[in-house]
Amino acid sequence: MGLEAGQKLELRVTPDRYVTIRYAGASGDFNPIHIDEQFAREVGLPGRILHGLWSMAQVARAATDAAGGDPLALTELSVQFRGLGRPEQEIVLSGVVESVDAGVASVKLEARQGDSRLVRGAVARLRAG
Amino acid sequence: MAVPSEKIGKRYSPTTYAVGREKIREYAAAVGYEHPLHHDLAAARAAGYADLLAPPMFVVVYCAAAFQAALFDPELQIDFAHLVHAGQAFSWQEPVVAGDEVTTTLTVTAISERAGLRFDSFETVSVNQRGQRTARGTWSTIVRGEGS
Repeated sequence: MGLEAGQKLELRVTPDRYVTIRYAGASGDFNPIHIDEQFAREVGLPGRILHGLWSMAQVARAATDAAGGDPLALTELSVQFRGLGRPEQEIVLSGVVESVDAGVASVKLEARQGDSRLVRGAVARLRAG
Repeated sequence: MAVPSEKIGKRYSPTTYAVGREKIREYAAAVGYEHPLHHDLAAARAAGYADLLAPPMFVVVYCAAAFQAALFDPELQIDFAHLVHAGQAFSWQEPVVAGDEVTTTLTVTAISERAGLRFDSFETVSVNQRGQRTARGTWSTIVRGEGS
């Protein structure tokens, strides 16, 4: 389970049609751009968009899965949100272990959906086990 | 656009969130986390936790009220219709389990304007009922100007 510098990681996730509805309920973020197709189009979006923090949770999962699955291995995560995520299209989370120092791995990640980069410049720090 | 930079440093009244077992399951399901520590009480107890373990990203649930209070604070004059979540950072300390009560204090750390865009940053510090820090967060938003 130990992470090693240079190790690559990847996770593929396809959000289903109703994921934004469930996430709105779970998180308390009921911004209509995430749950109302018509409202989203009226404000110039291509349709309902994924919550950025849902996408960040997928980045977190990609990192902890690579570290062996222990949820508490993750001690820090920072992300920059970019493109608009959409339901029912595959997201590819990819990363590389930049360094492992004193039992702490530093992992750089991003999330892409088709040509759109949803999350860039993500940095996770994990207990390397 | 004029920005209320004099509000940098404003600190809000703490908000307290009671972490529920079913809320952890609901959140974990919504983000696709299948780890037994978030779902299976016996597994969580066998691993030494008093109850179900919240995933680290559950921080967004117990901080939500604090963040929303700032976004909707009339003194900050944030144009919610043009608000974009630009960046987010967390660091985690003490684990959170069902039954915990987590108190979050939010501070406005930056308000600036550049090229018709407004940039805001907020810091949250969350502590459990024993006063132990569970997470620190940095929340960054952008408000697009009218017509941009």
